[in-house]
Amino acid sequence: MRSPKVQLKRVTKKYANGDGVENINLEIYEGEILTLLGPSGCGKTTLLRILGGFNAIDDGEVLINGNNVVQLAPEKRPTAMVFQSYNLWPHMTVFENLAFGMKLRKMPRTQIKEAIKSMLDLLKMNGTEKKYPNQLSGGQQQRIAIARSLLLKPSVLLLDEPFSALDAKIRMQMREELKKIQAQLNITVMFVTHDQEEAMALSHRIVVMDKGKIAQVGTPTEIYDQPVSKYVASFIGEMNFIKEADGELAVRPENVRICSGNSGNYKGTITSIMILGHFASVHINYEGQDVKAFVARSASFELCETMPVSFELIKYQRYKKGA
Amino acid sequence: MKYLNPNRLYHALGRRKFLEFTLFTVFLLFFYSPLMNTVMLAFANVYRVPAVIPQQFGFQWWSFILSKESLMSSIFNSFVIAIVATAVSLIICVPAAYALSRYQFRGRRVLMFSYLLTNAFPKMGLYVSMGILFYKFNLMGTFAGVIIVHIINTLMFMVWLPMGALRNIHRQQEEAARDVGATPLQVFRKVTLPMAMPGIAVASIFTFLGSLEESEGTMLVGFPQINTMATEMYGVISDYPATAGAVFALILIVPSLLILFLFRKYIKPDSVFGGVKIK
Ligand SMILES: Nc1ncnc2c1ncn2[C@@H]1O[C@H](COP(=O)(O)OP(=O)(O)O)[C@@H](O)[C@H]1O
Ligand SMILES: [Mg+2]
Repeated sequence: MRSPKVQLKRVTKKYANGDGVENINLEIYEGEILTLLGPSGCGKTTLLRILGGFNAIDDGEVLINGNNVVQLAPEKRPTAMVFQSYNLWPHMTVFENLAFGMKLRKMPRTQIKEAIKSMLDLLKMNGTEKKYPNQLSGGQQQRIAIARSLLLKPSVLLLDEPFSALDAKIRMQMREELKKIQAQLNITVMFVTHDQEEAMALSHRIVVMDKGKIAQVGTPTEIYDQPVSKYVASFIGEMNFIKEADGELAVRPENVRICSGNSGNYKGTITSIMILGHFASVHINYEGQDVKAFVARSASFELCETMPVSFELIKYQRYKKGA
Repeated sequence: MKYLNPNRLYHALGRRKFLEFTLFTVFLLFFYSPLMNTVMLAFANVYRVPAVIPQQFGFQWWSFILSKESLMSSIFNSFVIAIVATAVSLIICVPAAYALSRYQFRGRRVLMFSYLLTNAFPKMGLYVSMGILFYKFNLMGTFAGVIIVHIINTLMFMVWLPMGALRNIHRQQEEAARDVGATPLQVFRKVTLPMAMPGIAVASIFTFLGSLEESEGTMLVGFPQINTMATEMYGVISDYPATAGAVFALILIVPSLLILFLFRKYIKPDSVFGGVKIK
């Protein structure tokens, strides 16, 4: 196993009103993108700010490169943070924004210039040195903010929903670029998002959070295929829940197979069919419950609304009542 | 002249535009006619009352004013006092504005409204009660006493305007500076202060100009030791014809105009009214 770059041990931080994060144990390995995923207000930003040194903790340890950093101020930590917005200083040009941290570190002027030039090349932002932040688009501003962080060669890069203020198309593009640059430079990244699609696309591992606690940690595949609780199952991807006597079955629409004739274990009636490109989404009324199934477009031609069908579950999770 | 017929204008411009036009014209007349009149009188040698246009133009009163020793020294005094008052006010008020914009503490609102209160009292009443205190502390007739009066006058602007400017700085912008390695002091010097500069500049201009034209308090506290342009103005108006007053008034306007011109890029409705927000 690779060495852990960052270790959180029993980290607890409670605000006066009782919100916060509780008993977080987590490791981030060198060269991985670890994503904190969860609905708004579950404590993702709180946890990220603990790493950056902006939130003091009530209990626990934070180790970066094996050193306890709990007592260190943000400017003393080997971390770099990018916020959702307002990262750049509007009274400084792009060059000055990028150079600020390196100047504080007393790097020679020529070296700063070279570093900025190659970083702007990497991010395809060359030629913007003399511009002010308000002359850049939102996506460009975030790129510069990321560039500024990368220039300081942090042990871990902290990104707090950096793309969520951008429109969908740019967001996708930035995602891909971040992933490419991360692989190229082999940096360690902690990424925060409430967008499960973004988390799936970007991460090596995902931490699903629920009300200040960790609900599950795993690779995107593990989280998608084996959600440990109904909470995780419902938060990620599309999921049908079928009630049983003592619990519920969770099954993804692509794992509901409509059978020919009466051979399936479950019987119901089709209520609607929607063509969504190369596949169709079929809603089935099964004993009063709505079950969604994805079928190939060609197969959907044999189906029609109000038709009685049978289906089977290829793969599913079973959750006990109350779990 | 035919096209200035109100009826014709009304229909040509439409109701709204016409009202705006009228208001604007009235405003211009109100605002600029005293000014124009002052300029005209300053360049008059002879002027007797019922006439509108002076009987004789010339520079007679300019040479008179410029040759008066006490007037010239008062100009020097005014500037020294205005510079010191502005500097001291900055040192006191900017940190106060920073504290008010960043920290929540008990009595914050009360404190903010207390600044308003200094401007709510009738000035003279305030000066008289201040005078009593000043006697006690031997501040009467002193430079320091005059400076204190001037600072109190513009305290509200000096706290509220920078506070508004500081409020408009996002927490992330300061935190990002910490994050890349700046100490709290470096953050304040390199990020917070420069970003709040427009608000601080406007407030300083107010204070500076306010100090230049302050007369009541200066007379009460500084008389007869400290003379400024504004207090000399009283003497000029009561002792000499209106034409001399006009010349002096023009001299008084020059520094204000100069400063407003130099800082015009900062003086935008945003930086002025951005500050007058209570959250
Ligand atoms: N400075 C603070 N003081 C009090 N409560 C806070 C503070 N910051 C965040 N919270 C609360 O803590 C919870 C977690 O916040 P946050 O970490 O920002 O969540 P997320 O980033 O997942 O949306 C929220 O309920 C929020 O209201
Ligand atoms: Mg957040």
